[in-house]
Amino acid sequence: MSDYFTPVTLSDALEWLACGQGRVAAGCTDLFAATSYQNMPGPVVDITGIAELSGIEVTPEGWRIGSATPWSLLRDADLPAAFDGLRQAAAEIGSVQIQNAGTVGGNLCNASPAADGMPALLTLDAEVELASVQGRRRLALANFVTGPRQTALQSGELMLAVHIPATAGAGTSTFVKLGARKYMVISIAMAAARVLILEGRVAEIAVAIGACGPVAKRLDALEKALLGRDVDEVREQISQALIAPDISPIDDIRADRAYRMDAALQMVQRAVSGAMEAGK
Amino acid sequence: MKKMNASIQLRVNGENRWVDAESSRRLSAVLRDDLQLRGTKIGCDAGDCGACTVLLDDAPVCACLTPVAQVRGREVTTVEGLSDGALSKLQNAFLRHGAAQCGICTPGMLMAAVGLVKTTPRPSRAQVETALGGVLCRCTGYKKIIDAILDVGEFPEPVALPVAGAAVGAPIERLDGVAKVAGTEVFGADLVPENTLLVRAVRSPFHAATLTFGDIENWRFQHGLEAVFTANDIPGQNYYGVIPGFEDQPALAQEFTRYKGEAVALVVGAPKLVEALDLETFPVEWREVSPVLTQEQAGVAGERLIHEACKGNVLISGRVVQGDAKSALENAEFIASGAMNTAYVEHAPIEPEAGVAWMEGEVLNIHACTQAPIMDRDTTARILGLPLECVRIRASATGGGFGTKLDVSVQPLIGLATLLTGRPCRMVYSRSISMQSTTKRHPASMQANIGIDAGGMLQAMEFAGDFNTGAYSSWGPTVANRVPVHASGPYRMPNYHARATALHSNGPTSGAFRGFGVPQAAILQEILFDDLAEMAMLDRLEFRRKNALQDGDRTVCGQEMHGVGIGDCLDALRQSWDKANEEVAVFNANSQTLKRGLGVASCWYGCGNTALPNPSTIRLGITPDGTLCLHQGASDIGQGANTVITQICADAMGVAIADFTLINSDTFLTPDCGKTSASRQTFVTGKAAEAAGRVLRKNILGMVNTGEAAQITLLDGKIAVNDGVISRQIDPKTLETNSHGYVLMAEETYDPPTKMLDENGQGVPYAVYGYGAQMAEVEIDMTLGTTRVVKITAAHDLGRVINPLLSEGQIEGGIAQGLGMALMEEYIPGRTENLHDYLIPTIGDMPEVEIVLIEKPDPEGPMGAKGLGEHVLIPTAPAILNAIRDASGARITQLPALPHRVLAAIKEAGK
Repeated sequence: MSDYFTPVTLSDALEWLACGQGRVAAGCTDLFAATSYQNMPGPVVDITGIAELSGIEVTPEGWRIGSATPWSLLRDADLPAAFDGLRQAAAEIGSVQIQNAGTVGGNLCNASPAADGMPALLTLDAEVELASVQGRRRLALANFVTGPRQTALQSGELMLAVHIPATAGAGTSTFVKLGARKYMVISIAMAAARVLILEGRVAEIAVAIGACGPVAKRLDALEKALLGRDVDEVREQISQALIAPDISPIDDIRADRAYRMDAALQMVQRAVSGAMEAGK
Repeated sequence: MKKMNASIQLRVNGENRWVDAESSRRLSAVLRDDLQLRGTKIGCDAGDCGACTVLLDDAPVCACLTPVAQVRGREVTTVEGLSDGALSKLQNAFLRHGAAQCGICTPGMLMAAVGLVKTTPRPSRAQVETALGGVLCRCTGYKKIIDAILDVGEFPEPVALPVAGAAVGAPIERLDGVAKVAGTEVFGADLVPENTLLVRAVRSPFHAATLTFGDIENWRFQHGLEAVFTANDIPGQNYYGVIPGFEDQPALAQEFTRYKGEAVALVVGAPKLVEALDLETFPVEWREVSPVLTQEQAGVAGERLIHEACKGNVLISGRVVQGDAKSALENAEFIASGAMNTAYVEHAPIEPEAGVAWMEGEVLNIHACTQAPIMDRDTTARILGLPLECVRIRASATGGGFGTKLDVSVQPLIGLATLLTGRPCRMVYSRSISMQSTTKRHPASMQANIGIDAGGMLQAMEFAGDFNTGAYSSWGPTVANRVPVHASGPYRMPNYHARATALHSNGPTSGAFRGFGVPQAAILQEILFDDLAEMAMLDRLEFRRKNALQDGDRTVCGQEMHGVGIGDCLDALRQSWDKANEEVAVFNANSQTLKRGLGVASCWYGCGNTALPNPSTIRLGITPDGTLCLHQGASDIGQGANTVITQICADAMGVAIADFTLINSDTFLTPDCGKTSASRQTFVTGKAAEAAGRVLRKNILGMVNTGEAAQITLLDGKIAVNDGVISRQIDPKTLETNSHGYVLMAEETYDPPTKMLDENGQGVPYAVYGYGAQMAEVEIDMTLGTTRVVKITAAHDLGRVINPLLSEGQIEGGIAQGLGMALMEEYIPGRTENLHDYLIPTIGDMPEVEIVLIEKPDPEGPMGAKGLGEHVLIPTAPAILNAIRDASGARITQLPALPHRVLAAIKEAGK
C-alpha cells in the first residue's frame, strides 16, 4: 500500500516531507526504473503540481531553472549561447520520452556519476536552492553532489531550483558525450566547456567532466592553465597532466580505467574546441 | 495510513474514463489492466525500450514511467486512438513499407512518430531518427520504419493483392499486418480471461546454490495466496530438453540451482496480491556455491561438475574431418592462425515471455508466445504427466523470438498452476526475469589455422571451438553439430578438421540464436581470410571469389552441391567494392582522426535440422460455403511465414491470395509445421504448402476434367474452373464434408532428404543451403576507438524471392543484430539484466543498407526458394570487424568491439 501525495503548494510539500520519510518524485524516470513493482513504493511526494518549481525565468541575478523543469523544456528554450552546452546535454538525456518527463532537479538529486546534466551546469557556475520547513539555503552545485548517489540534501529537504548567475551567461559552450551507441546510452565519458574569448585570448573558461570519477567535476588546474592563453595555443595546452588530478575513472562494463583516461583528454579537447568554435 | 486511490478521472483518446487505481500506479498498467487498452506494450518497465510510448498532451512519454496521478486533467493518446474505424495514414504507411514485423514495438514506434509529425509534419530523416531514438526494435533494423514515416505525407496508394498465379515474387504487405499496426494484435500478455490468477516464480539469486524450503504453507496463508507449488507438486517428469536424449532441465529445481534466475517455486494468487509480493520474504534458505561461469573455467580439469553425467563439463562435441588437414597445412605456402572470443548475446525480443492457461474440460489450453507449438505441447505434457491430446497450444502472436522462444518458458509453469488450481493462470516475465532465465547465444573461444597455396587457393583448415552452453543442454548439441559443418564458410576446403565442444557452466543456458553458433565461427574464419588474402597479395574480395564453392563442388561433409549462389553474391558486390575502395582512399588521405575502412564476409547456412527429420504438414481445405482454408502451423514471429507460405500455396494452386482464409498455429487445428528455426519455414513448410496447393488443384481439375492450365476462381461460394475451352462450376454445398469439415481437402507433408553424418561428419546434413555476402564500410575515430558503420551492402541468394519486401526486412533486421553482436552486445550474468546496461542497436546506429537479391534456384526448394532468416546475420559482424582492421589496423580478438577494446587494439597495432 503506497501513499502518494500531490501537493500544489510548496508549503504543503515541505510539510509532507517534514513529517515523514517521503521520497520526492517528479519525472519518475529514475524512481520507476529502479523498481519492478507496478506501484511506486511510497510514501511519495509528487512535486510536479507545484507551479513555481517548473519553468525557466530570467531574474535580476541571472537565470532560475525550476527543479521540476523537464529537460525537453530546457532543450527547446531560447537562451544565450552560454547555455548551448546545457541544451545539447538536454537533448542527449535518454530519449525524447525521457526528456519530456525527466527533470533537471531529478538528474542532480539522483546523483549518478554519469548524470548528463552535471558537466554543463557546472560550467555555468550553477547553484542549487534547497528548502525545508526550517528555511531555504543555497549551495554551489559542485558542493551539492558529494558522491555516487550521495548529495547534501538533508532529510525533509527539497530542491527548488537551479540558479545560474548572470556572469556565467557570457561566452559560448559545448557538451560532448561518449557512449557505445547513439541514443539512450549511459555515458562512458562526457565533457562540457564554456569559454569567453576576448581579443583572441581566453578571458573566461569553465571546463567540466563527467563519468570519469565519483562525481562530475570542474577541471580547475586545466582552467588555470588555459586562462589568458591565445586561442591558437589552447588545444595543444590541454594535456593529460592537467586533467589527471581531477579525475579518477574506474573499470566498469562500459570501459576500463585506462581508456577513460585517454577518452577524458579527447573529450575535453573536443568540448573546449567546440566551445571556441561556437564563438567564432 | 492515508490511501489516495479513489477514482481517478482520465482523458484517454478523447474520452473521459474513470479508474479505481492507486495514484502511484504506472500509467501503462492502468491502460492495459483497468481500461483494457492493451495496444500499449510493456517491454521493460524502465524507459529503456519505448514500447509503451503514449502521448501526454501531444508529447511522447513512456507510460511505464508515468504515475497515473500525473495524468489527471491531461489528454492521453494511445495506439487505439489513431485509427478511427479505418487505419490512419501513418498506420497504412507502416503496413505498406513493411515497418511492422512482429509488431510488438509498432505501437510505441507509431506514437513516437505521431508525436513528431504533430510538430513537424514533413520531418527529415535525422529528425525521424531523433524522435524514434527511444523506441527499440529488434526485428526490422529500423529502415522500413524510417521509410514509412518519411512517406506519410504522401497519400499511400493501396496496393492491390496480386491476381491468381502472380503471388510469388510480389512485394505484398504482410497478410497479418493490419492488427499489428492497429495495436489489436494479441501477444502473450494480451489475453486475460476473467478471474485469472497471476503466477510468479521464486528464482535463485545465485549462479549456483543449494536450497532448503521453510514453512511454505504458513507463508502462503499469511499472504492470502491461492497456492504455492514446488517440484514436489509436479505430476509428470520434472526434467525436459529440446532434443531427445538430452532432457536435463527441471521445470522447478529442487535442492540446488544451476544458474541465476532458475525457478524453484511458483506463487499463485489474485493478481494485485501476487504482483505486490516481495518474493525475498519467501521461506527458502539459499547457500551460495562457488560458480563455474566461463567455458575456460568449465574446461579446467578437476573443476566442479555442473551435471554429474557430463565429465569435464562436456555436454557434447561435434566434428567434421575431411582429408588430412595437418599435413596439408605443413605443405601450405601461407598459414593464417588466430583466436576469437565472443560474448553471451541476449535475443532481447521486445516482448518478454508471457502467456495464459485455462482448462476446457480435460484439456489444458495454453495461449503463449512461441516459435515451436508442438514442442511446447510435448514438453508441457511430459512435465505435467498429461497425454498429448490433453494439451492444446494456441500460439499467441509472438513479439520477436530469434531462437529464444524455441524453448518453453512460461508454458509448463502456468500449465502446472492451472492444472492444479483449476483456474486460469497467467504469467508475464519482467525484462530482467526474461534476461536472466531464457537462453542466450553461446559465448565461444575459438582457434583456427587456415593454409593456402602460392596461388591463393585454400588447402586446409583446422578449427577448434569451446562453446559455453550454460546450465542446461537446450540447443547446445545443435550448435556443436552445426559449427563444424559450417566453419569452412562457403568455400572449397579440401582438407579440414573441425571440432566444436559444448561445455556446461553456471551461466544462463545457451540455446538457439539466429545461426546456432555459425555466426561465431564465421567471424574467425572470415578474419583469417583477410590475413590470407594479404599473404597471397590478392584483393580480399577476389580471394573469396577464387575459393567460393561452385555447382558440383563437394563441401567439407562430402556433399555435392547444386544451386550454389555464393559466387553470384560476391560478384554482385564487385562494383560497389571497387568504388568504395577508391572513395575510402580519398577520404583517408584527407582525414586524420577519422579513418574509413572496408570489410567483406560471406555466409552459407543449411536450412532445416542437421541430418535429422524435420517434416512440415500443410492442410488446405474448402468448406461447404466455398471458403478456402489454409492451416498454416508455422509460427510467424515477425519473419512473415503467414504471408510467404500463403503466397507459395496460392501460386501452386493457381488461385488468388485474397481467396485464402488463414488458420494459424494451434495444435488442435493446424498440423505440425515443426519449429520456426534453422531458416526452414519458407523451404520446408513452403514445400509442403506447394504440394498441398498442387494436390488440391489437381483434385478440383480432376472433378471437372479440364486441362492442366485451367483457371480456378472462388466466387460467391462456388468454385469456377475455366481452361479456355471448358467452363465448369462446382458447388461445394452439394459435396460431402470430411471429418475436418471440408468438401475438398489436401494434406501434404514434406521432410527434407538428408543423410546421416558418419563419425567424421561426412554425409548430407541439409537438402538446401542459402548464401550471402556483405560488405561493410566503417568509420573509426582513431583517438576514441569508436566505430560508426557507414554502409552495408548485402547480396543474398534466396533461390527464388517469394516476397521482396519481407526479404529486405529480414536482411535489414539481421544486419542490425549482426552489428549489435560486433559492436555492443555483451550479456554479463548478474550484471546486465536490463536494456540500459545490455545495449542493442537503436535507430541511430543503423548504417545505410543496400540490398541485392539474387535468385539462383535451388533444385530442391519450393519454386527454387532457399532459406534466409539466419543467413542475414552471419556475414555482418565479420565484415564490420574486417572493416575496422582495414581502417585502423585494430585486430579485435574479444567481442563486442567496444570503444576501449578498439582503441587498445589500435595502440597494439601501432607498436
